[in-house]
Amino acid sequence: MQLETFKYDNKIVRYFIMATVVWGVVGMTVGLWIAILLYLPELNFGIPYTTFSRLRPIHTNAVIFAFVGNGIFMGIYYSLQRLCKARMFSDLLSKIHFWGWQLIILLAAVTLAAGYTTSKEYAELEWPLDILITLIWVVFAINMFGTIIKRREKHMYVAIWFYIATVVTVAVLHIANSIEVPVSFWKSYPVYAGVQDALVQWWYGHNAVAFFLTTPYLGLMYYYMPKAANRPVYSYRLSIIHFWALIFIYIWAGPHHLLYSSLPDWAQSLGTVFSLMLIAPSWGGMINGLLTLRGAWDKVREEPVLKFMVVAVTAYGMATLEGPMLSLKSVNAIAHFTDWIIAHVHIGALGWNGFLTFAVLYWLIPRLWKTDLYSKKLANYHFWIGFMGIVFYAASLYWAALTQSLMWKQFTPDGLLQYPNFLETVLQIIPMYVIRSIGGLLYLTGVVIMIYNLAKTAKSGSFENDEEAQAAPMNIEPVKEKGHRWLESRPVQFTILATIAILIGGLIEAVPLYLIKTNVPTISSVKPYSPLELEGRDLYIREGCNNCHSQLIRPFRSETERYGEYSKAGEYVYDHPFLWGSKRTGPDLLRVGGKYPNSWHYHHFVDPPLMSPGSIMPAYPWLAENILDLSYLASRISAMRSIGVPYADGYETTALKDLREQAQLIALDLQKAGIPVDANKEIIAMIAYMQRLGTDIKVKTQK
Amino acid sequence: MFSKYIATIEGVEIYAIIALIFFFIFFISTFAWAFTRKKDYLKEMENLPLDNNSQNN
Repeated sequence: MQLETFKYDNKIVRYFIMATVVWGVVGMTVGLWIAILLYLPELNFGIPYTTFSRLRPIHTNAVIFAFVGNGIFMGIYYSLQRLCKARMFSDLLSKIHFWGWQLIILLAAVTLAAGYTTSKEYAELEWPLDILITLIWVVFAINMFGTIIKRREKHMYVAIWFYIATVVTVAVLHIANSIEVPVSFWKSYPVYAGVQDALVQWWYGHNAVAFFLTTPYLGLMYYYMPKAANRPVYSYRLSIIHFWALIFIYIWAGPHHLLYSSLPDWAQSLGTVFSLMLIAPSWGGMINGLLTLRGAWDKVREEPVLKFMVVAVTAYGMATLEGPMLSLKSVNAIAHFTDWIIAHVHIGALGWNGFLTFAVLYWLIPRLWKTDLYSKKLANYHFWIGFMGIVFYAASLYWAALTQSLMWKQFTPDGLLQYPNFLETVLQIIPMYVIRSIGGLLYLTGVVIMIYNLAKTAKSGSFENDEEAQAAPMNIEPVKEKGHRWLESRPVQFTILATIAILIGGLIEAVPLYLIKTNVPTISSVKPYSPLELEGRDLYIREGCNNCHSQLIRPFRSETERYGEYSKAGEYVYDHPFLWGSKRTGPDLLRVGGKYPNSWHYHHFVDPPLMSPGSIMPAYPWLAENILDLSYLASRISAMRSIGVPYADGYETTALKDLREQAQLIALDLQKAGIPVDANKEIIAMIAYMQRLGTDIKVKTQK
Repeated sequence: MFSKYIATIEGVEIYAIIALIFFFIFFISTFAWAFTRKKDYLKEMENLPLDNNSQNN
């Protein structure tokens, strides 16, 4: 058969390598910074843009979408061309994809620092950026499917299945979780409220982990691990089962993020059951990866690439066992809202994603630059420093989490909370936070060593932008094939089936919840927020308070004793978006309304340690200086009404009067307490929101 | 408490049954696929990334 000559596009791979490394350093540095901010809040230099609550989403987004995102594209653009024996479909689309993605990252960093956020974890970006992400993702999809369609290799290797599942599912997740009503160019409200919003958000959040941090990296594992070990994957059969079982089951498990919440019980149980089932495909994948090294374990001792891979795949196995364990209600009762979850995701992020990315970099760069790695010794140093970093990071946080959680739940023999002051439980674990940041520093140091090593490697070699290759064209024979073999030589049918597999779980979970919308028990005393409270709520979102404070009281005696009556689904019906939070670095705020005088809140915002000595909450003095921007009040009210909040028709025109009246009352009260403050300041709206929280229910029980 | 509200949806029991049937069919077919593949095919697939007869990789 006639061989065709063509060229692989290595240049685009090099672009993504650079981006992966640069954003990796940025994302991890911000991570180290916020880890230190937890015990040195002053390191925000007293300005809003570098305060913990705004930097934390920048860290998570940078690591997930910038570091791992570019790592995915780097790995795919290299392996897809070789597995398809074809150049990427379009050089122009490759370029648009690359520069578009970097533009999104830059805009994300700027807007998040500026406080433009939806507050939904890992989906914080506002609607114009959501649209941009959609466009760039479509460009990537066209480029990828185009390459698959014009391939010269008839069969699609298992890595490509994982890539396809990633592209399809991320698109579905992103769109479903970003249905929002714009208020202004940089502000929107999600159409869902309260419990529904929470379910959609954690269906998204859970599956972002599944289909952004897991499936594409499994694809990379299935390509680069056999390459590095120079032997085929342990069992191709197992990889078929691994793939289908994983994508089918993963999509159901989202509600395990909402155990003991106001989410209906059946949905919580569904989340638990499917999480347990996930162990099987996850460990199937881990075993398939590790056993690929059968008979090659002597190489692991010599070869840094394999060392990184072994730890990466092992971390994947640990994190995917830990996840289901955390989904057991009794474990979740202790672990949720604590640093345990932070430790858990970092086993995944530092171990699985980080180490696999490093392995691919160490393998790829000598090949692309046609040379040998500059120093194996330095790579080994990187390995051990990074590994120690993970150990310090995780061990200290597990310790901190257990300590704090048990303190939250400790009662005296008289039946009173032993540590009624939340701050006491925070101060107890500060030393652990210090150790955690040392772990982060070690990990980052390893990365710097890697960059030096890789730069030296690249310098000693020569890079070829277009690498020549030869392959026979795909012969289209009319032979009838059956089953999976038929399927994976036909990308279109394959994609449709994979899409169906991921949609089933999503639909079965979501449809009953939509149907009960009209039946969510509404509580008659729960009323929409007043205009001033609504403005305050949006300030709460802007400042990112939800990064450290939950608004969800679980039905435990230790929580009702500390915070008050447990959460009811009906309390959240006007919450667009829901603000349950996922971590209690500070106490729950659901029922903080009426607990302290206005003056307490004023002083606490301006200088937290003044009211709570030793507090690690950052100060928000700018709230007392900024004048509340009311230019969007009317559109806020209209937008809320359009998604079902019962503000009277035309209320947006009179809302300003109500707002001023309420603000005046609070300002007068503050002035009485000796605080000279104008009623038009942001802090007034913030205090109004604080004082409103949870009071609807209180009124009811007093009746 | 919520089962009460769920129960008000007409024909809601069918969800659980549909889900179970989907599951069953899905896993049986996946396993059937995987275990009816021929040895030579699996060998061919396994060796795709290694591509030993070409020096381009």
